Amino acid sequence: MKFTLHIWRQPSNSDSGNFETREIDGITPEMSFLEMLDQVNMQLTGGGEPEVAFEHDCREGICGTCSLVINGVPHGPEWGATTCQTYMRSFEDGSEIWIEPYRAKAFPITKDLIVDRSAFDRIQQAGGFVSANTGSAPDANAIPIAKAVAEQAMDSAACIGCGACVAACSNASASLFVAAKVTHLATLPQGDPERRARVQKMIAQMDAEMFGSCSNHGECEAVCPKNISVSVIAQMNREYLRSVATSDT
Amino acid sequence: MILDSKTPDGPLAEKWDRYRADSKLIGPGNKRKFKVIVVGTGLAGSSAAATLSELGFQVDVFTFHDSPRRAHSVAAQGGINAAKNYQGDGDSTWRLFYDTIKGGDFRSREANVYRLAQVSTQIIDQCVAQGVPFAREYGGLLQNRSFGGALVSRTFYARGQTGQQLLLGAYSALNRQVGLGKVNLHTHAEMLDVIMHGGTACGIVTRDLRKGAMTSHFADAVVLCTGGYSNVFFLSTNAAGCNATAIWRAHKQGAAFANPCFTQIHPTCIPPAGDFQSKLTLMSESLRNDGRVWVPKQPGDKRAPGDIPEEDRDYYLERKYPAFGNLAPRDISSRSAKEVCDEGRGVGPGGLGVYLDFSDSIDRLGESTIRERYGNLFHMYERITAENPYQVPMRIYPAPHYTMGGLWVDYELMTTIPGLFALGEANFSDHGANRLGASALMQGLADGYFVLPATICNYLNSKPAINAEAAKESGRATEAQVKARLQKILAIKGSTPVERLHRDLGNIVWEACGMSRSGKDLPQAINDIRDLKQRFWETAAVTGHAGDLNMTLEKAGRVADLIELGELMCRDALTREESCGAHFRVEHQTADGEAVRNDQDFCHVAAWEHTGDDTEPNRLVEELEFESVNLAVRSYK
Repeated sequence: MKFTLHIWRQPSNSDSGNFETREIDGITPEMSFLEMLDQVNMQLTGGGEPEVAFEHDCREGICGTCSLVINGVPHGPEWGATTCQTYMRSFEDGSEIWIEPYRAKAFPITKDLIVDRSAFDRIQQAGGFVSANTGSAPDANAIPIAKAVAEQAMDSAACIGCGACVAACSNASASLFVAAKVTHLATLPQGDPERRARVQKMIAQMDAEMFGSCSNHGECEAVCPKNISVSVIAQMNREYLRSVATSDT
Repeated sequence: MILDSKTPDGPLAEKWDRYRADSKLIGPGNKRKFKVIVVGTGLAGSSAAATLSELGFQVDVFTFHDSPRRAHSVAAQGGINAAKNYQGDGDSTWRLFYDTIKGGDFRSREANVYRLAQVSTQIIDQCVAQGVPFAREYGGLLQNRSFGGALVSRTFYARGQTGQQLLLGAYSALNRQVGLGKVNLHTHAEMLDVIMHGGTACGIVTRDLRKGAMTSHFADAVVLCTGGYSNVFFLSTNAAGCNATAIWRAHKQGAAFANPCFTQIHPTCIPPAGDFQSKLTLMSESLRNDGRVWVPKQPGDKRAPGDIPEEDRDYYLERKYPAFGNLAPRDISSRSAKEVCDEGRGVGPGGLGVYLDFSDSIDRLGESTIRERYGNLFHMYERITAENPYQVPMRIYPAPHYTMGGLWVDYELMTTIPGLFALGEANFSDHGANRLGASALMQGLADGYFVLPATICNYLNSKPAINAEAAKESGRATEAQVKARLQKILAIKGSTPVERLHRDLGNIVWEACGMSRSGKDLPQAINDIRDLKQRFWETAAVTGHAGDLNMTLEKAGRVADLIELGELMCRDALTREESCGAHFRVEHQTADGEAVRNDQDFCHVAAWEHTGDDTEPNRLVEELEFESVNLAVRSYK
């Protein structure tokens, strides 16, 4: 297979960027999208040119490091998959492919296709935890949790923190990301003691990081590689209202 | 150099309690005077950093990722063992200990393994308290599944994402400390060397991967939680970024490297599809609970799997190991798969694959039950191969996965460098010559949550005073060496892509030091690796400069270290004249191909001491004494 690639190149956040066009040949349908980019980079470095900077690590869809916008869609055309789980068989031979970084005010571009997602960590640091010092825990079976409740918590805990939800949102909102953690911990009895303070702190940090408000478009759910339901945002809003309406936070 | 394991006296079951009772504590007011550097934020690193901070120590934690949550512990699928005996099926601390030490083919330290089994139950308690959503029964109690090498059901799991959920638990505990301002988190910071002063570790040199800046950081102790080195093989289940630079730099500064040839090949991975492949994807071993492994009886049988009748199939694990069947340990399962493929009975492209067939389980339990247990794994398989495993059997093949070898540590998890500790996969201590499934997560969290926080005080209480100015001077010298090495790499200006050199290394080590090793092939491999090292330093294509984000430079530095480590692996494999666990020397096997251990000469840990770049390393020995178990011939028949 061969493709015409339009790849975003930008030396740093303070420089301006542009699309650079490259032809690539000898691609097979079994290659992953990142393996195709590996081929591009081997050609570049072998010829003494600087490679295209992009982030990747586990290459099996769980670490959340890879982050491209492919033909306008975060993580590309495959439903419920990360960029690293996207294979070239999803693209028509001979087609053009546009490759860009996530674009959001809260995710400044570092270089080429790499953005800074540290805002996500700061939101988690604000309240995305249960305060339980090591060694203080009761026996794990002391609190039974209904299977359905545990499964529901797991559904939202599956978030990999990739940021596709932000990139897809017209408001660059981090609502799906924040709501996934709020819902995970609010669903479980272990998260209950801090649930009111947690949702307020996480939302305050989300706003401080300059993420936008929820657009209600639902594009976040459509691109989420872990299929996290937009209903967690409704849950987060309920948690928030309940939290501000009651005084014992 | 003397290897003193510092194993406490007393009966096995009492050693850990006695150790803790005897160790000197540090008062709350004094803990904050000590600073600890933790490198790596996987299960071991995040849990250690969080716990040390909760106890009151100053903690600086480093990851080369953009976030601590990306560490490769996140990818572990199947589960975590603990001797809870919630199923009432006969489990106990002793049985988990015995299974682990037997699984490791009697090449690990009894006292360490027993302690691991002891603290395993507290790990589950801790994780549940953090909100880790483990699988539950309808009555609300925790569910367990079986794993290879065990006859009890003791594995806790969160769908096929147990590693992710445990890591997010440890990450949340770490985040809490960062949010409280008690832990300094350094992201994009790659450790490139240990700073030594007066024979002790007093800091690290890091490079900011975004901006290229080099920084020295100082502390009272340095804790390496930087994972394993399976990426020596290039193709492995590890993430692209996994590397051995931290432990290899430590080794070159004086930390002995134990059992480097003990590397595990995981039996259930998706077979490679072509030469471009950048990694191999593991399918959780838990699949072997409900999948049956088979190949055609006749070599070259090209029929579709569904067209091959029962009488023409060889369920070789069930045939050879009737007691454990498809749940035979990883090393045995991997080697058996290689044998049938070597006989020409492999399936799929290149004949490198065996079937993992779920049709019996789907008939027995229904597709919905299988979907509930393994849905995400089946989905992942279909995404990669474009085949539906509910309808056709999966194809699997072994792939390098976990490294039991690592930095030598004593009972306190301290390396041979005073003040330098190693936790999790980065050390060698608990898995001997082979690790059982669902034990890596257990060890990483045991080391981080419970062992190091209890053992580090002994060192901090007795550590020599270091003059801060003198330490800074050492830091400047180390930093200068690190810079010089980067400049040397950039000065090569060759035309061979670093990835090409890495693939070549992988091929050499996979062929000579993979699933089977021989006294004939290993010396050749050592020579080939030396040639490759020369080729690296003469022809590697590394563009850009050091003062900027430069992925090629990062990769090149790591590959240069992996090349040297690959040579040590082969050297260790050559010296160990026995077959044990994952280390299978073709000269040492029975007539029917089972491993033959040599307890007379090799019932020991081999720890290698670096003596210089141009001199042979020293092989040190820690004799393993088994007071509580008999050195049995490992049998799963």
